[in-house]
Amino acid sequence: MADATTAGRAHAPSGPFRHFMTSATPGQLALALAITVFLALFLIIPVGTVIYVAFTEKGTGTFTLVNFVDFARTDLFIRSFWNSVYVSAMSVVLASIFALPLAYITTRFDFRGAMLIQTLGFLPLIMPPFVGAVAMLLLFGRNGTVNLLLNDWFGFRIPFMEGLNGVIFVQAVHYFPFILINLSAALRNIDRAMEEAAQNLGCSGFRLFRRIVFPLAMPGYIAGASLVFVKVFDDLATPLLLNVKDMLAPQAYLRVTSIGIADPMGYVISVVLIVMSILAMWVSARAMRGKDYATVQRGGGGLAKRQMRPWESVAAYAAVLLILLLVLAPHIGLLLLSFATIWSFSPLPDGFTLAHYGRVFGESFVYVKNTLIYASLAGLIDVVLGTAIAYLVLRTKLIGRQWLDWAATAALAIPGVVLGIGYLRTFYGVQLPDGTPLATLWIVIVLALAIRRLPYALRACYAALQQISVSLEEAAENLGATKVRTVRRIVLPLMAGGILAGFVTSFATAAVELSATLMLVQSNADAPLAYGLYVFMQSAAGRGPGAALGVIAVLLVALCTFASHLIIEKSQKAKGAGH
Amino acid sequence: MNQPLSVSTLGAQAVDVDIRSVDLSYGTNHVLKGIDLHIRPGEFFAFLGPSGCGKTTLLRLIAGFNRADGGEVLVGGREVSHLPPWKRDVGMVFQSYALWPHMSVKRNVAFGLEERKVPRAEIERRVAAALELVGLSHLADRRPSQLSGGQQQRVAVARTIAIEPKVLLLDEPLSNLDAKMRVQVRRELRDLQQRLGLTTIFVTHDQEEANTICDRIAVMNDGAVQQVGSPMELYEKPANLFVASFLGTANIVPGRVIEEGGARLFEIDAGVRLPIPAHVTVPEGAKLVFRPQHASLGADGARDVSLPGTVLHSEFLGSTVRYGVKVGSAEVSIDVPFQSGEAIHKPGAAVEVGLSLNAAVWLAS
Ligand SMILES: Nc1ncnc2c1ncn2[C@@H]1O[C@H](COP(=O)(O)OP(=O)(O)O)[C@@H](O)[C@H]1O
Ligand SMILES: [Mg+2]
Repeated sequence: MADATTAGRAHAPSGPFRHFMTSATPGQLALALAITVFLALFLIIPVGTVIYVAFTEKGTGTFTLVNFVDFARTDLFIRSFWNSVYVSAMSVVLASIFALPLAYITTRFDFRGAMLIQTLGFLPLIMPPFVGAVAMLLLFGRNGTVNLLLNDWFGFRIPFMEGLNGVIFVQAVHYFPFILINLSAALRNIDRAMEEAAQNLGCSGFRLFRRIVFPLAMPGYIAGASLVFVKVFDDLATPLLLNVKDMLAPQAYLRVTSIGIADPMGYVISVVLIVMSILAMWVSARAMRGKDYATVQRGGGGLAKRQMRPWESVAAYAAVLLILLLVLAPHIGLLLLSFATIWSFSPLPDGFTLAHYGRVFGESFVYVKNTLIYASLAGLIDVVLGTAIAYLVLRTKLIGRQWLDWAATAALAIPGVVLGIGYLRTFYGVQLPDGTPLATLWIVIVLALAIRRLPYALRACYAALQQISVSLEEAAENLGATKVRTVRRIVLPLMAGGILAGFVTSFATAAVELSATLMLVQSNADAPLAYGLYVFMQSAAGRGPGAALGVIAVLLVALCTFASHLIIEKSQKAKGAGH
Repeated sequence: MNQPLSVSTLGAQAVDVDIRSVDLSYGTNHVLKGIDLHIRPGEFFAFLGPSGCGKTTLLRLIAGFNRADGGEVLVGGREVSHLPPWKRDVGMVFQSYALWPHMSVKRNVAFGLEERKVPRAEIERRVAAALELVGLSHLADRRPSQLSGGQQQRVAVARTIAIEPKVLLLDEPLSNLDAKMRVQVRRELRDLQQRLGLTTIFVTHDQEEANTICDRIAVMNDGAVQQVGSPMELYEKPANLFVASFLGTANIVPGRVIEEGGARLFEIDAGVRLPIPAHVTVPEGAKLVFRPQHASLGADGARDVSLPGTVLHSEFLGSTVRYGVKVGSAEVSIDVPFQSGEAIHKPGAAVEVGLSLNAAVWLAS
């Protein structure tokens, strides 16, 4: 960051605000400095430490590549690497198979329930994938519902959940909404005339999709697909829970937790994880470049969605139902499991009980409480940082302000497990006056969550500020308000919707996040929900209460998201009426 | 753009389009109401009307993107209502051009031919001919986003004529161009249409566009055809008040018909009256309609009648001065050629309004 200020000068202020800005005030300078220190302490230094350790000799600290050579010579690691690549790629393929029909049917046809499908499509996201994994085992495992029935009726089983298949299946079901969201948006943004022009020239049916629709939606698809690839590549808990150890992220975790924090292999794997993340993002950025195909509707007649013929209708509903049933299977399974007395070797539970919920509310409520605290704090930190960075970048002339944005966004490329390892390594040595290492404090978990979710909150705040015309602020200043008062009375109220959206995104995803926390949780009393779930789900006896806890987590996140959605909509309406 | 060779490459036998009592509703919104039109082979025909009157809907119906509730559409004598868009051979140029951004100009133009499984060599030839016809051969390998608005528009036209459609449909093709380009491109379009001899339907809400390039115009309002005719016919003999006021400026003066001494008179207000020529039929409740240039201020021997008026305001338009004059209780616009050095009547001045009766019409609705 030392040369950040000089390098930043090359980047001219962007956007329509360049005439507005005056030179930075001391207050803005202090704010920028505070943010820089925060990002340095909790993002750049921990990640830098990981990279440093990977490239230096243990003990002496001299530069070396020998750790990477060791990595390349170890069969287990190479196998893990290819397994991770294979699983990520296949998850993208399977997720695409789920997302493509849903996106196409709901955006291109007059389809009843299109809204409902788009909403249900989000559901998998608000449950950690490893929680779904257990439910999926019970439904699709060797002795799960589906295979038991298949075996009874037809005498064969399908290895949905065997080995890597299980990871692929669970991840595809969990992450397919990323493709659904991006692809739907891309499809919706294509001017209908693009398709009609092709029909007018003699093209129809699948050829139309292949030659016009899909190429135009490609950038959106790539964006979603690369996100899925990265998420799967980085995910730690799902493979561990399915007892798949020969993948990269689990290997990093296992090395650090079993061999120790001094072993360089965990760090080397971390660097590989970072590189793969950056690679996937680069591919996505390249695919998007110069291909902003979003074509705004000009000219009439673009509203109509096509009516389906009866047989098409039947086929479409069948496909949609099947896919929804599949992607909602983890939720259904979890719900059943949470009420089940015993559920094993049978298509459905033997009996139903409320005992698991009783137990969870009795002894495990601390997890819920911790999660609420951690996720709220993380969300709060994120929107404060996000708003401040957005303001500095868009509304001031501060030299090097773009670097704040880039640094905060860089967190996207840092897998949770890597951040966790970095925190352990960096903060274990730092001790409080009473001798407890900094790394064992619960606040470190909050900071890790905040850093992980910062990019999303930042984008929400950024977009909100970008939509506010500078003239509104100029009007306030013209009437005598100082910069600070203008921010407080004009900017923040107008940004409220975007800030809240940023908070919710951070909160909801932080509430179910595990990869970074798995490393950092030191005692059960400090553990968040996701960790509690993980602990429960590891033992057969814990699955009932675990499922109950999972259902509570899903409800919690869904409720918060829904509530804030209402608030945002209401404030948007109020603002719309004011204009 | 003057390549006779290209024209013969792309020329096709002109056909007519027959629209017979077509009806169409979106839900309860009755958008097309019993449309009857016959467009002759090789004709440049316009649908002209205010925004929202159903022009695009009618055009899309011919192309097959809308389905009529009743009536039929015949292209070259063949009923096409049951055909999907991709089987109609009716080329449409979209208002937004709808050029595919992921294909080069050449690929865009070749698209329709590829869909028709035309042999590769033939595709090459026809794409080259179409691009040459619109003067864009040198930009064949560009992406649409690298072209100006006018160039994009010409690619859209080339893409459509490359398939040698039976009919060419243009939906407000000039609306996304700036004023200067508009004049140039509309001339090019007219030129191209003349050389191809292609039956063409042109949708616009701009009367000047329709007047300058079309053989005949169907004026539409509220989902119904008001009048069909050449630009001159429509201007001089409007069939109703809507057509009169939509094409150019018209003074519409209410009044009543009275008989005096065996002669018919039109009384605008008590005492303000003018004779009605013997050959003119005046329907019940009709209003007097005349153009601003068919009246004059002050003594003018060429005018047939003279009415007392008061100047309300004046606008200097360069070659003419437009006066707002109160005649009886009606307010009319009158254009007077501007002669340098001549004084302009002040508001409040009493003037004589002269009127040419053979240019005036009486219309009831
Ligand atoms: N797809 C549609 N669904 C419902 N109403 C439509 C649709 N397309 C057009 N309309 C309505 O039909 C009427 C005519 O529209 P249009 O043909 O586009 O008018 P024009 O092209 O003359 O401006 C308008 O009232 C418009 O709102
Ligand atoms: Mg229109």
